[in-house]
Amino acid sequence: MTVAADPPAYKWVGTRPIRHDGYEKVIGKARFAADLDLPGQLHAAYLRSPHGHARIVSIDTTTAAGMPGVKAVVTGADFPDLDPTDPNFDVSVNVMARGTVLYNGHALAAVAATTRAEAATAAAAIQVEYELLPVVLTLDESMADGAPLVNEHNVTKFVESDGPSNLATVNVLERGDVDAAFATADLVVEREFDTAHVHQGYIEPHACVVDVGPNGKADVWASSQGHFMVRSLTAATLGWEPSRIKVTPAEIGGGFGGKTTIYLEPVAARLSEMSGRPVKLVMTREEVLRATGPAPASKSRVKIAASDDGDLTAIECWFGYSVGCTNDFAGLVGAMSVASYKFPNLKLEAVGVLTNTPKTAAYRAPSAPQAAFAIESVIDELAQALDMDPIGLRLRNAVAEGDPTAMGMPHPRIGFIECLEALRDSDHYRSPVPDGAARGVGTGFWFNIGEQSSATVNLNEDGTATVITGSPDIGGSRASMALMAAEELGIDVYRITPMVADTESVGFTDVTEGSRATFSTGMAVVNACRDLIEELRARAATILGVEQDAVTWVDGAAVADGQDPLPLSAIAARAKSTGGPLTVTASLNAAGAGPSFAVHCCDLTVDEETGQVAILRYTAVQDAGTAIHPSYVEGQLQGGTVQGIGWALNEEYVFDDDGSLENASFLDYRIPVASDLPMIDTIIVEVPNPAHPYGVRGVGETGIVPPLATIANAVARATSTRMTSLPMSPPKILAALDTP
Amino acid sequence: MSRTHVTCTVNGDPVDFLASDDTSLLNALRGELGLTGAKEGCGTGDCGACSVLIDGRLNCSCLVFAPEAEGSDIVTVEGIADDDHLHPLQQAFLEGAALQCGICTPGVLIAAKALLDANPDPTETEIRYALAGNLCRCTGYDKIIRSVQEAAVRLKGAAR
Amino acid sequence: MRYAAPTTVDEARSLLAEHPGSRVFAGATDLIPQIRAGRPAPPVLVDLKRIDQLMTVVHEDGQWRIGAATPTSNLTRNRDFTAMFPGLSEAMGLIGSDQIQNRSSLGGNLANASPAADSVPAMIANAVQAVIASGDGTRTVPVAEIATGPGQTSLADGEFIVEFTVADPPSNTGDAYLRMIPRTEMDIAIVGAAVRLTVDGDIVTDATVVLGAVAPTAVTVPEAGAALVGAAIDAGSIDGSAMDTLADAASAACDPIDDKRGTVAYRRQVAGVMARRAAAIAVGRAQNGV
Repeated sequence: MTVAADPPAYKWVGTRPIRHDGYEKVIGKARFAADLDLPGQLHAAYLRSPHGHARIVSIDTTTAAGMPGVKAVVTGADFPDLDPTDPNFDVSVNVMARGTVLYNGHALAAVAATTRAEAATAAAAIQVEYELLPVVLTLDESMADGAPLVNEHNVTKFVESDGPSNLATVNVLERGDVDAAFATADLVVEREFDTAHVHQGYIEPHACVVDVGPNGKADVWASSQGHFMVRSLTAATLGWEPSRIKVTPAEIGGGFGGKTTIYLEPVAARLSEMSGRPVKLVMTREEVLRATGPAPASKSRVKIAASDDGDLTAIECWFGYSVGCTNDFAGLVGAMSVASYKFPNLKLEAVGVLTNTPKTAAYRAPSAPQAAFAIESVIDELAQALDMDPIGLRLRNAVAEGDPTAMGMPHPRIGFIECLEALRDSDHYRSPVPDGAARGVGTGFWFNIGEQSSATVNLNEDGTATVITGSPDIGGSRASMALMAAEELGIDVYRITPMVADTESVGFTDVTEGSRATFSTGMAVVNACRDLIEELRARAATILGVEQDAVTWVDGAAVADGQDPLPLSAIAARAKSTGGPLTVTASLNAAGAGPSFAVHCCDLTVDEETGQVAILRYTAVQDAGTAIHPSYVEGQLQGGTVQGIGWALNEEYVFDDDGSLENASFLDYRIPVASDLPMIDTIIVEVPNPAHPYGVRGVGETGIVPPLATIANAVARATSTRMTSLPMSPPKILAALDTP
Repeated sequence: MSRTHVTCTVNGDPVDFLASDDTSLLNALRGELGLTGAKEGCGTGDCGACSVLIDGRLNCSCLVFAPEAEGSDIVTVEGIADDDHLHPLQQAFLEGAALQCGICTPGVLIAAKALLDANPDPTETEIRYALAGNLCRCTGYDKIIRSVQEAAVRLKGAAR
Repeated sequence: MRYAAPTTVDEARSLLAEHPGSRVFAGATDLIPQIRAGRPAPPVLVDLKRIDQLMTVVHEDGQWRIGAATPTSNLTRNRDFTAMFPGLSEAMGLIGSDQIQNRSSLGGNLANASPAADSVPAMIANAVQAVIASGDGTRTVPVAEIATGPGQTSLADGEFIVEFTVADPPSNTGDAYLRMIPRTEMDIAIVGAAVRLTVDGDIVTDATVVLGAVAPTAVTVPEAGAALVGAAIDAGSIDGSAMDTLADAASAACDPIDDKRGTVAYRRQVAGVMARRAAAIAVGRAQNGV
């Protein structure tokens, strides 16, 4: 259901057409990167470090190079060494180790051969001499005095330092006087929390096919959230100009942030260049879990003060994130954005700390779920102590337009209060909690980003339109582009073909991340359509023999007094005689991305003899601004919720003492299965974002932020035991229940 | 490496191909036969993205050696539509937005078809357990389950 | 690695004799992951599924003969079988997804010798026997004697399980299998408990309790069974103190490990819980046939 005050009467926006790319997906013809085969292609396989930290004393590829089917072998020596201060240094070193392997699974060589089995056999025959170095696996180990260095190149960002350390980043935000506030508060709750590394869990392993032609130019097909990023990072890693690389985005089988960087493409490119043949490089599931970026593990301390009336007066948080072996994880700002309440006194400190584990990557609202788990749990504990309804306490303190964010700027128009009210008034919240069950509430938000997008709209001679963007579609954005274009142009959404073009065929577009595609690329599409309408009015004026000012655009046709409407198709058929092809491009660096708030509610039971949690009912309320395609907005809410449920209950990385991942499979890295869940009910709140022509707020990320605390809060109310360590797997719940 | 000449039926058509003995049926379908609908999500039978029907039974094709297919009748997602008409499951999935990235969709459709072929009137719980072997990370399963329910209604309607 | 699909037991025997190190398989549901994980590929993979005897289920003269390579889904669809052995059936119904169950077999589940194999405790509780092709003939042993440790069996080189035999249970007998897993499906058991009971009116006259996933092999717990024998049943519930003794005996019999699936303490505690719950279900089936 959708809750909106006075929604505008759109003709296409807000409808639910079948997505344009759906047909090929249900008949098995959609082309994901691993589905592509080029004639003469080779297959590649990696050699990966079996050690958590080691110096590479020597690599001997001679035997491997001579093995059956082998056409090329690469190691770190085949890639230029970037300066450690280069922003692409960490990515390039992660793609192929130079001199040191930083985690168990770190790639140090790769082989291209006529079959994958031959490539893997040869890779295993590469002889490497290692000098083992100390392995640091946890935040505590890494921060301890005298801790061994995880990465000799790491110099702390944002602060002065004396040299390399294990501290990656430090961010501090303060306002008011938290000490004074705590000293005089009626009630203070302080808790510590911890979470484990979790993986985005996309079902499609990373894959690419790269063909470097005799002219030295690379054709790349890649599974990625951003093909312009693939081009630039691949070029930087190879030491090439970006214009030597053309990247075509394949259909992507899930990303959730994990495919906003590169792992494979420079390796495949170098192997292709050396062998003179296309190279197909596909990760196994084991490699995905061992060697691609999970979300950081975390430890946190949260202290919140409240008055007896329920005013939240002060918050002090320390967040520590284990960000893996390099410090370019950009997501700590998420932790800073968590404060959804009008705390007059605030102190937030977040540190990133290195460990000899895979380089972390973004995962849906990066660093916010861990922080929200802590803060929303403490809020819930305060609600219990104050005997206040959890929604009531939050309504009393919720931020609204003009209230300061944690960073200090005022919030723009936001819908947090509307979301809280929508849950309060929902059927779920008004229903009694089932016997034997308990109910939890949690909230969260993501600030969302704008960034650069380009769009081209071409009118075809039959009056259909092709809408070309550069945003890989990870959630149904092509359908949204077509709906916005249909609304603007006034033609049927099925007269529009939305597509995502390669890096040579569309203007520069930043990665599909930060929930930006429908917002920013949508704006580019709208702008292009509006420019096109200007041109159509001019063409119509010529055809009708009137001044352009006399022509308006109504319902897909040019209208002038005393004349029959001239539909778009009629103008398109006369493009040549009225001035030439009808095509418009728009691009922008979008500003004004609106935050999307969410409020979740869960009813669950806890089997107190086994510690197992069963979720009975779940409702996710979220502000979408305007839901361009409501089904795909609902899908984002539901998908983010279920990832959060998995994070809360069963997902975690388990390392042995040498940093080897013990559960590198979907058998033991336990993501939710269909039988674990009930339906995920959604309520879309629409508080339009004034900065977007249709009021859009990105929705993709927020959904994963509330569930961790929502479930922990329900478990706390079911068992009177507050779980502060994730995942809340059955052994941990049972142990907590057994502890007096 | 030993290779075996395999003759079988795929989506109603007689086919034959040469496969290495250690190749999975999944790789033979995708490579030798060009049927890339079934996907490798894990290669160990834990995700169901490679699901196909073998002699009417639901299987992970990544756990079947290609030579085992000799004489079998195999159905992949490319074969469940009926000439010009999508299978009601495919149609319901499109209308119900039961797919986002679509990588799990072929396997889910095959598993759902196996369910409805055997049990035309499943409860929500039966659907969830029948699909427990198919991981989806995008949808949270909600719209998948609802679309299977809708397809079951349509199939029963058509059968009357 | 070569694939071979013999059509007789003797053909299979010859293949194994001629190619030492070869392996038989039915579903390969764990074999393929093992080879992916680096286990050396055998010289010949002997597919047992073309041998009729290994794929047939026969019920006659009060006994079942179950081909060792029969997909477990064939058994869980067999109403006569599931009516007589509901616990063993639900155990087979828990071996992974529907996809897996169309491949998994009792022979594979047993010979793979995972400590957590779901069908093994229930087979032992029902006194299932394994018929093994051995040399030129066969030998028959109780299922409990096959697995000797994780991934280890008492089968000699060249031997393989041909079929299983199990007698119809006596009247007023019921069995049940429960396991603890973190999700609702797709997980390896952290604890498995199989219980088979026979009752005479309101008294338990025979009881077998077998645990899985809590020791290197499935564990029969005589003290747990003994705790139930002679126990009174009141309105469908077994006497509370007998159940307490059962649970304590089950916990005490565990010899578990800490691993990525569960801790020693957790397994011990939950073994008692699962044994108790399985016994509660089994007694209902024994008394009411439900």
